[in-house]
Amino acid sequence: MATQVIEREVLIDAPAEVVWRTITEPDQMSQWFADRVDLVVEPGAHGYMGFGDQGGPVVVETVDPPTRFSYRWNHPRDEEPVAGNSMLVEFTLTPEGEDRTRLRVAESGHELRDWPDAEKQRYADEHQHGWGEFLDRLTSVIATPST
Amino acid sequence: MTTQADDELWSAVADPSRRRVLDLLVSNGEVSASWLAGRVPFSRQAVSKHLVVLEEAGLVSRRKQGREILYQVEADRLDQATRAMADLADQWDRRLVAIKRLAEAAHAETKKKVSRTDRGKPS
Repeated sequence: MATQVIEREVLIDAPAEVVWRTITEPDQMSQWFADRVDLVVEPGAHGYMGFGDQGGPVVVETVDPPTRFSYRWNHPRDEEPVAGNSMLVEFTLTPEGEDRTRLRVAESGHELRDWPDAEKQRYADEHQHGWGEFLDRLTSVIATPST
Repeated sequence: MTTQADDELWSAVADPSRRRVLDLLVSNGEVSASWLAGRVPFSRQAVSKHLVVLEEAGLVSRRKQGREILYQVEADRLDQATRAMADLADQWDRRLVAIKRLAEAAHAETKKKVSRTDRGKPS
């Protein structure tokens, strides 16, 4: 079970197939994402995304056109990205009537590995809003100087 | 993407177990590893490991008091972490807006072509 870090969505006036191409074709990706996209959209494919003079490896996980696309990144350079050492980015496309698509993106963090199942569930329930809640709490703590 | 320092910070707080430890430190001030271990669903060894990672990321500092070691949150660094998380949300918002613009433009273009073909004579 992955713990969600961030979830965002947008409603697009275009069919899912068009949105799918926008998020998966490298020449399109370079227009909204990385400066350099070197990626084959196939499950298990290793690629690279460059941002200016920085960048990092990416490994494609799910390719299910035109509804689901996911990849892992932010893993240590010398390790294979798996659940536990990387961030998972998942795109979900849901058609909403003709020519309209809801696009949702979720970036999730490391899995809860060594916890008992009941505790995992409780923690996930408490944190269902992901980092939004954590952010609010941190912000309020930071705003209150400690003594 | 992020810098090396951000990466460290990022992976330190991306783990829910460490966030739990951080939560406890935030709400309880200076406490020991054993005190923390009594309040989390994982082992004392795991708590120690998480504290090391949090210390390396600069989020937590330690102080010796008698025979005990007490840990506390580093507010400035935590503030930085908070901003990094808010930035990530902003980044995705900007990307989604860009995707929307590109997809809608591509779709409008296709529709224009189709209606031209329908009429049978390009203008």
